[in-house]
Amino acid sequence: MKHYSMATATLVGILLLLSVTSAVAKEYDYINISDPFLKKTPIAVTRFKAFNTAEDEIREGARAEQILRDALDFTGYLEVMNANAFLSDPAETGIALGQINFRDWTGIGADLLITGGIKAEQGLYMLELRLFDTLNTKLLLGRRYHSVGKEKIRSTIHRFCSELSFELTGNYGVFGSQISFVSTVNGNKEIYIADFDGHNPRRITRHNSISLSPAWSHDGQWLAYVSYAQGKPDIFIKHLKENRGAIVNYDGMNIAPDWMPDQLKLAATLSFSGSQEIYLLTKKGEIIKRVTKSWGVNVSPRFSPDGKQIAFTSSRGGTPQIYIQNLETGEVGRVTFEGRYNTSPAWSPDGKKIAYVGIEKNRINIFVMSVDPGAGAPVQLTMDQGDNEDPTWSPDGSLIAFKSNRQGGVSRLFVMTAAGKDQRRLLHMKGQQSQPSWSAAFKTWDD
Amino acid sequence: MKRNLWMNLLMAVLVAGLFMTVSCAQKKVVSESTTIEDQAAAEAAAAEKAAAEAERIKQQEIEEKMAREKAAKIAAAKNRFENQNIHFEFDSAELNAMAKMLLKEKAEWLNANPMAKVTIEGHCDERGTTDYNLALGERRARAAKNYLVDLGVSAARLTMISFGEEKPLDPGMTEEAYRKNRRAQFVIK
Repeated sequence: MKHYSMATATLVGILLLLSVTSAVAKEYDYINISDPFLKKTPIAVTRFKAFNTAEDEIREGARAEQILRDALDFTGYLEVMNANAFLSDPAETGIALGQINFRDWTGIGADLLITGGIKAEQGLYMLELRLFDTLNTKLLLGRRYHSVGKEKIRSTIHRFCSELSFELTGNYGVFGSQISFVSTVNGNKEIYIADFDGHNPRRITRHNSISLSPAWSHDGQWLAYVSYAQGKPDIFIKHLKENRGAIVNYDGMNIAPDWMPDQLKLAATLSFSGSQEIYLLTKKGEIIKRVTKSWGVNVSPRFSPDGKQIAFTSSRGGTPQIYIQNLETGEVGRVTFEGRYNTSPAWSPDGKKIAYVGIEKNRINIFVMSVDPGAGAPVQLTMDQGDNEDPTWSPDGSLIAFKSNRQGGVSRLFVMTAAGKDQRRLLHMKGQQSQPSWSAAFKTWDD
Repeated sequence: MKRNLWMNLLMAVLVAGLFMTVSCAQKKVVSESTTIEDQAAAEAAAAEKAAAEAERIKQQEIEEKMAREKAAKIAAAKNRFENQNIHFEFDSAELNAMAKMLLKEKAEWLNANPMAKVTIEGHCDERGTTDYNLALGERRARAAKNYLVDLGVSAARLTMISFGEEKPLDPGMTEEAYRKNRRAQFVIK
């Protein structure tokens, strides 16, 4: 029999502690994140049990607990409870199913409970995490992660949160996603990428020019963006790990790229013909076909999640409004009718809604509308807090990131729930930020 | 020997005296008025010369001034060409009467300076979205270009670029700042 040492046990090697979550029982009735009247579910997160009560276990356990609290809080559908209210301390009395007194938790109104444990293992750590349904006294999710380095604690906690999301909502959530955006550096605009929660921002471009409008490919491997690096607005297509890419530099402007779902094709606005039309392009920039043919501006194409339609902004009717066009049939219809200036459509991941920017009485705000015209009037999500632009949906559809100048007229990135609640700063860094683009949840935790 | 020297000296004195007598007598008798006339003529000539010189200097000064003025005018025209932006209404690329007047002036300058090549930049105020403003800025630059071409400027001398809302002249968030920023701007290459 072959003996596997601790060192060869990989980070991704996980152990299902109990198989209470059978494949049959996937109803996801815990939390429906697409409900706009969603009430937050109270969740208690306990102190991490330090198995050997070693100093570094206690220190890293406290850090893991804080990362976990922040991550759950970020979701917008969980209410992380204040630990002062807790009646018991599983870090002392035990973190496993048989050791929990559920009445201590239902008594303080916690519908969900997470216990954690940490154990030092030859310079690395073992993390143990359990999610309980307190009302039904049931273990929903149990995971043990071995050989976690100090620097991997954050991503390991996020991995657990991703699985937790799946248990509660049927969707892996935001934890494996990233956000690209524009930030000024010494007066120039450059492209950046940060984790889903704004942590760890890193610079992607060094053009020392104006770089704009980053867009993720669905597999998270490619970024398309606009840059004046060659003197005029062109589209740069860049592989994020390999030295591959292309520049789309037809005469005139080459702007507003968006990737087609599941395919490495793009839609973008090109003006070489003399009018500003949307085209379908290969990832090398070759034209597959012209999509729009109309008087006026045609910009900001966004594919529907099924890839069959595009929403875009056109001034063909005299003012900028949002239209949807079927790529196959060419059939096109206007979808915004209120106000004289509606732009920047962003399709929700379930394809049912479009967030967009509307200007009314000189105030710039984010609205959301149903694609189905019978499903009610548009809803205004931001109000009386500066100018708000550039909406982008989280991959699970629960959150919308956007740009706002509400703090001192300086352009910053914010995030809110899809219903417009919990509006908060996403990111704290120098310069001015804009044009967030939220990736799919592509992260597989094998890095 | 000594006697010869004295003789010669005497002769020289006599001859000199004779000449002197003749010339003195002539001057005194004949040329009183002539002398006066000569003096007047000389004075007149000198005056004339001075006047001419003054005139020449004046002329030169005028020419220099004109050259200076012309250079200044050329510089001013160039300056005006580059710095007099044409402005647009919000969400519009239409040329108003003022814009057309300024474009006519610019066409004149371009016709007077046939070697000049120009980039027309289209700009927007910060309201509205990045993409839409890039497109709108291009439409503004194109409107200005088309008008100049209609006035006889070769299209080959005019290139366009849109900066959308990326390069505001005035970073303020007032109507006045927005008005300044909605512009087509002309850059001589």
